[in-house]
Amino acid sequence: MILPDRSRSVFPWLLLAPFLILVALFTITPLFGAAVLSTQQTFGPGTTRFVGLSNFKNVLADPLFWTAFKNTLIFTLGSVLVQLPLALMFAMLLNQPGVRARSFFRLVLFSPVLVGVVYVAMIFFVLFQKRTGLVNQLLHGIFPSWDIGFAWLDQYIMVALILATLWQYMGFNMVYFLAALQNVPKELDEAARIDGASWWKRFRHVTLPAITPVGSFVVLLSIIGSVQVFELPYLLLQGSTGVDNKGLTIVGYLYQTGFQSGDLGYASAIGWTIAIVLAACAVLQRMLSGRTEQQRGVKRATRGGDA
Amino acid sequence: MSMLVSKPRAIATYCVVVPACIVIALPLVWLAIASLKTSEDFFASPFLPRGDGFLGIAWDRLTLDNFRNLFSKTGFARALLASSLLASVTATLATLISAAAGYALARLHFRGKRAAMWLVLACLIVPAPLLLSPGFAVLYRLNLLDTFLGLILPAIGPAFGVYLFRQATISSVPSELLEAARMDGCSEFRIFWRVALPLLQPMIAAFMLITFLGVWNNFINPQVVLQSASKFPLAVMIAQLKDVYSQDYGLMMAGTMLSILPVAGLFMLLQRDFVAGLTSGAVKG
Repeated sequence: MILPDRSRSVFPWLLLAPFLILVALFTITPLFGAAVLSTQQTFGPGTTRFVGLSNFKNVLADPLFWTAFKNTLIFTLGSVLVQLPLALMFAMLLNQPGVRARSFFRLVLFSPVLVGVVYVAMIFFVLFQKRTGLVNQLLHGIFPSWDIGFAWLDQYIMVALILATLWQYMGFNMVYFLAALQNVPKELDEAARIDGASWWKRFRHVTLPAITPVGSFVVLLSIIGSVQVFELPYLLLQGSTGVDNKGLTIVGYLYQTGFQSGDLGYASAIGWTIAIVLAACAVLQRMLSGRTEQQRGVKRATRGGDA
Repeated sequence: MSMLVSKPRAIATYCVVVPACIVIALPLVWLAIASLKTSEDFFASPFLPRGDGFLGIAWDRLTLDNFRNLFSKTGFARALLASSLLASVTATLATLISAAAGYALARLHFRGKRAAMWLVLACLIVPAPLLLSPGFAVLYRLNLLDTFLGLILPAIGPAFGVYLFRQATISSVPSELLEAARMDGCSEFRIFWRVALPLLQPMIAAFMLITFLGVWNNFINPQVVLQSASKFPLAVMIAQLKDVYSQDYGLMMAGTMLSILPVAGLFMLLQRDFVAGLTSGAVKG
C-alpha cells in the first residue's frame, strides 16, 4: 500500500519548492553578493579588489551621498506630510453615507495609480515645461503675478516630484484609509456625537485610535516607497541629476555609481545604508502599532465589561 | 437611526471633492487631447485647438496621424507584444507559485514550517535597490542578461504574494473541509487543486491583476536587464521616444496614451477585485 505519512511530509515541500528555489537564486544569493560586494571595489562585474569596510567609510564621507540623502529626506517628508493627510481627508469625505456618486469619485481619485512611472514622467515632463507647460500657464492665468518661467524641472525639481507623486498616489493611499475607516466603531462615534463631543474630539479619540494600526502601516509603506524614489527624477531629468544635483536621490546615486561608473561594490554599500535606514523605520512602526494595539485591547475589554 | 449626512454637509463635500477630481483628471484629459493634435497645434493652445467649428473649436484639425506614425515609424507594435507576453507569463506563474507556497504555509503541517515563514517575512523587508547590482551579477553569471527569462524568473517568486495567499487561505479555506476531503481519500495534490484553489479565486484574480500591472509598468528592471532594442517592452521603448523623437510631442503622447489605455481599461472593469487585493494585506496584516 501507499505510505500516506511520507507523501504528506514531502508534499508541502513540493508546493514550497519553486518559491524556495527562486528566493535562493534571486534574493539570498544577491543578498550575500551584496554583503561581499560591499567590501570590494569593482570595475564592472569582472574585476574586483578587496577593500574591507572602506566603502562604508567613503559613503559616509561622500558629500554627494549626503546631497542625495538630503534630497531624499525632503521628498520623503513632503510626500508623507502632504499626501497622507490629504488622502485621509478624502477618505473621510467619501466615507459619509449620504454623499452621492461616492464610488465614482473614489475611482477618479484612484485612477492615476494605474499609470506607470514612465508615463507619469512623460506627461509631467511636458506639463512642467517653463513657458509652454500647462501648470505654469494655468497658475499664471489664475494668479497673474505667477512667473510663467517658473523652473519646475531645474531649481524646484523636488517640489515637482512631490506634486507628481501626490497626483499618482494620493487616491491609492485614500483606498487604504477607506479600508481603515471601516474599523471605526459606529456606535461609539454616534454616542460621542450625542454627548456633544466636538468634531476634533471625536476625530482625536474615536477615529484616530481605530485607524492607527492600518494608518501606521500606510505611513511605513509610504516611507519605504519614498526613500526608494529614483525612476521619476531619472526620467524627468532625462538621465541627469539636475542643476546642482538637486534631483539626485539615494537610489539614483546607487544607480549612477553601479551602472554608470561600474563600481558595484560602492553601490552595494549605498544599498546596505538604505536597507538599514528602512529596517529602523519598520521596527519603529511595529513598536508604534504594537503599542496602540495594546491600548485598543484594553478599550475593547472595558467595552465588553459594560455590555 | 440613520447616519445620513445633512444637506449642507453634503454640498460642502462636493465643493471639495469635485474640484479635486477635476485636478486629478486634468493631466489625463490633456494627454488624450495632446495625442490627437498635430505638432503645430501642440503648443498653440493648451487643450483643443481654436477655430470656427462647433463650440469655437477646430475639430477638423484633430488627427489620428500620431497613432499611425507610432505603428509605422517606431517599434510600438513589437513593444506592445513584448509587454503583453512578459506581463501575462509573469502574472500567471507568480500567482501559481505564490498560491502553492501560501497554501502550504497556512494549512499543511510539516517540519521547518516556522523557518519557511520567517524566510517569507525576511524577504518582505529586503529593499529592492539593495538587490539591483548584485542581482545583475547573478543574471550575468547565469547567462540571463538580455533575455526575457532574466526578467521573468526573478519576478515569479514574490514573498509578498506568498504572504497574501497565506492570509487568504487562513481566512477562506476552512480546515474542516480539507480534513473531510482527506477522509474521503483525496490525494494531497487534488485537495490543493480542486478544493483549496477554487476557494482562493478572489485572491487569484486580485493578485494576477496586481502582478500584471506591476510588470506592465516596470521600468528599471527591463532597462537594466535588456540590451537589444528589439526586446524592449513598452515602458523602456516609450522612455526612449524622448531621445529619438524629442520634438514630436504628439507622437510621444500618443505612445503614452496607448500604453496606459489597455491596462487602465482592464482595471476599471475589474476594479473591485483589484482594490480588495491591494488592501487585504494591510487590513489583515
